[in-house]
Amino acid sequence: MNPTKSSAISLRVNGETHSLTVDNRTTLLDALREHIDLTGTKKGCDQGQCGACTVLLDGRRANSCLQLAVAAEGRAVTTIEGMADGERLHPVQQAFLDFDGYQCGYCTPGQVCSAVAVIEEHAAGWPSAATADIRPETGPPPLDDNEIRERMSGNLCRCGAYVSIVRAVAEAAAQAAAVRESAGDTTPDGGSGSGTVPAGGSGARVTA
Amino acid sequence: MTAPTVSAPSTPMAVPSVSAATAAAGTTTSPAPTRTAGSSGAVGTSRTRLEGRAKVTGAARYAGEVPFAELAYGWLATSTVARGRIRSIGAEPVLAMPGVLAVLHHENAPRLKPGVGMMGPDATLQILQDDRVPHVGWPVALVVAETPEQARAAAEALVVTYDEEPHDVGFSSGHPGLHTPDGGPRARTDTEKGDIEAELAASAVVVDEEYTTPEEYHTAMEPHAAVARWEDGRLEVIDSNQGSHAVAQDLAKLFFLDATSVRVRSEHVGGAFGSKGLMRPHLIVAAMAATMLDRPVRVVLTRRQLFSMVGFRPATAQRIRLGAEPGGRLRALDHDATSFSSTINEYVEQSAQPSRVVYAADALRTRTRVVRLDVPTPSFMRAPGWAPGSFAIESAMDELAEKTGLDPITLRLRNEPEVGPASGLPFSSRNLIPCFEEGARRFGWTDRDPRPGTRRDGRWLLGTGMAAAAHSAGTAPSSASITAEADGTFTVRIAAADIGTGARTALTQIAADALETPLKTVRVKIADSDFGPAFLAGGSMGTASWAWAVTEAAAALREKLALVDQIPGEGTTARADTTELVMAMRGQERYAFGAQFAEVAVDVASGEVRVRRMLGTFAVGRVVNPLTARSQLIGGMIMGLSMALHEEGIRDTASGGLVNGDLAGYHVASNADVPVIEAGWVDDPDTYNPTGIKGLGEIGIVGVAAAIANAVWHATGIRHRSLPIRLDRVLTAGTAIENSIGGGAVTY
Repeated sequence: MNPTKSSAISLRVNGETHSLTVDNRTTLLDALREHIDLTGTKKGCDQGQCGACTVLLDGRRANSCLQLAVAAEGRAVTTIEGMADGERLHPVQQAFLDFDGYQCGYCTPGQVCSAVAVIEEHAAGWPSAATADIRPETGPPPLDDNEIRERMSGNLCRCGAYVSIVRAVAEAAAQAAAVRESAGDTTPDGGSGSGTVPAGGSGARVTA
Repeated sequence: MTAPTVSAPSTPMAVPSVSAATAAAGTTTSPAPTRTAGSSGAVGTSRTRLEGRAKVTGAARYAGEVPFAELAYGWLATSTVARGRIRSIGAEPVLAMPGVLAVLHHENAPRLKPGVGMMGPDATLQILQDDRVPHVGWPVALVVAETPEQARAAAEALVVTYDEEPHDVGFSSGHPGLHTPDGGPRARTDTEKGDIEAELAASAVVVDEEYTTPEEYHTAMEPHAAVARWEDGRLEVIDSNQGSHAVAQDLAKLFFLDATSVRVRSEHVGGAFGSKGLMRPHLIVAAMAATMLDRPVRVVLTRRQLFSMVGFRPATAQRIRLGAEPGGRLRALDHDATSFSSTINEYVEQSAQPSRVVYAADALRTRTRVVRLDVPTPSFMRAPGWAPGSFAIESAMDELAEKTGLDPITLRLRNEPEVGPASGLPFSSRNLIPCFEEGARRFGWTDRDPRPGTRRDGRWLLGTGMAAAAHSAGTAPSSASITAEADGTFTVRIAAADIGTGARTALTQIAADALETPLKTVRVKIADSDFGPAFLAGGSMGTASWAWAVTEAAAALREKLALVDQIPGEGTTARADTTELVMAMRGQERYAFGAQFAEVAVDVASGEVRVRRMLGTFAVGRVVNPLTARSQLIGGMIMGLSMALHEEGIRDTASGGLVNGDLAGYHVASNADVPVIEAGWVDDPDTYNPTGIKGLGEIGIVGVAAAIANAVWHATGIRHRSLPIRLDRVLTAGTAIENSIGGGAVTY
């Protein structure tokens, strides 16, 4: 194998297509940081243990340090830089800021990307290890604090902002549920982002 | 948060301090106490972080993220043996690999000035200077290449051979190499008051136990990173550290440069906890390579390298002997603390510190011993000494409460000192009792059944525990400047660091009040060595030290402005340096205090310990920003939970290396491990430092491990004197409670 072999690829990141030539060993994480200058995605361990490099691949969260850039061709990559709507922060970003869901900020982009996906995964009815009853007919479990903790546990935070992160995710999830309800979407098993949070699944914990 | 300080690790007496007389004079001659309480009222109100938007959008650039044209990438190769000499470095074939620009090693690297170090000669800075290998993971070469992939492949291909020598990495309290360290005048290792043996012999109740804590690692989320380059005759550096000015000073000395020829900046730092207080190898080799290649070079440590190059908390073994009257009053307190350091530096974990501060005893003895092993050099980690030391003394106090039949809080109230127990000096303030009272009320401690093993929830045994906490609250010299701009705004410049503490925001609040101007008219620039001397973000001294400099600069500026009709285009600037003010501080002991409470559930079938809730109540002086203060306190408590249940660096005696040096093997608390945690504070007026600020980066972790261990005893009736309280330890120890699963030790 020739270790210098490189490939010309195009990556679709935050809706923009980037053409670049990468060493075949280049991870998606390094392609973002070193080639496209999107340094918002962080390198905490470079071996899939900390979650700081979390991005969305075709809408689902993934550790970009464990993904080769050449294998990400043709997939939609969403990074922290693609979360805000212009100057308007994504509700998850706003909640992290308001609830102080971070300290040093280094794990934050990964936490935010995870949280955005968690809210959609939950709304779509995906169970977690914390879900008491996973039978489909019981519908999505309430997104209570234990569900959030379990679902967010792939993202380490050494500053110990977990308590505020849980509050921020709960707040953003409640907002997302309210938006879905006002849009009249009550389909329980809709695709990504179209499910419903059952009544009682939000309110109390937001004010905790 | 922890870092080398002028006072830590040290005895309480070493904290630069103001005598009672000086302090009193200070309050009359200096208007500082009122300066911080200016009319705009920013201090004491919750503010979201000024850099918050940059952090949640990914726009904040950390040290390894600033792009440069012609940037080259350095990758360290590290030793695979624990002791010996380098026989050969196979640079030739590596230099022929694609993209490789240089291989730096001890035979060709620039010579560094010996004896340089922030706290005295620091041998860990002497990178690539000789063939000696003092531990596994010591840097032996830097490979520089055009891309990170090329640099990594080349570093991994580099063949280094060694003449290996026998090594010793095995620590215990019985190690024959234990000796009295030379702590220097600021780091007293031993104290003695009264006749400890006579008082123990005369005591009705005695506790005599050994407590152990393992190697613990900072594991900040941002790996240490630096980019160095020469620009207009200056060595320009962007580095991940806790104090840009101190690092710049050392870097200049190390490379035989004028102090003015080096500039270090650290705009955003992704956590530190002490590991970024001192200059670290990544920066030194980046500067070497930038000099040799005359182009910008970036070096980022890998996660695994962080476990051997940026310090850690050494394992400790601590024997505590308590002797008390039947009513609980202490006649004797003996704290014998042992730990280890490397063969090249003598770092001393001052675990006996809390026993010189928290309880009164007729006889009080503390001893600190250290043994030099073939391991990486340990260093300050959040609440050095205080955190492991509090596990020992606060666990022992719980054992004494059990033996005397006293409530743990009652026992502590009966041993509350009037003055510093070891020093005899007055406390600048001591509001520990209100912490106990307020904490007990909020936690619901009063209704607690003291008997162990009385509560059960299905398969879970439930228990509650508490511990006291103390941490030094020192002040160090710093300087700041403030410019009144022509447009009516103000620019504050201070070489402070915001490692996640919220310092940038807090200093803006401080400055706004001191200038009596709205918050939005103040911009604070930090983390640039060109701003002049300022203390590190460490030792819980950062904000207290910087805020004093900022308030002094504000006062000087206001005096200046009173004489000016119109601000010129370049603005009007005033500077202040608190060196003389701080050096005049003598004769008092100053601490933050706290009370930690925890409720745990123990599954004796699986050995799992779950923390169900925690509450911390603290006396931390003036709280500048309640929002970020609470975050920092809770963050410390979570690190304490992690210390109690998860963290343990495991060293292989055969290879001398760490077995679990990554984030899969070295467990830190994840979100699912952390329950509802509350932190609050009591009134704690203390203008010994006129800003009234004590600092709260470290007090949060102190006492937590003991509170959790004490709760595990309350749940099971079994004492866990070794951290972490692992599943296998709980299973092996089982439970002393009859009628529980297995009726005793559970074996599978």
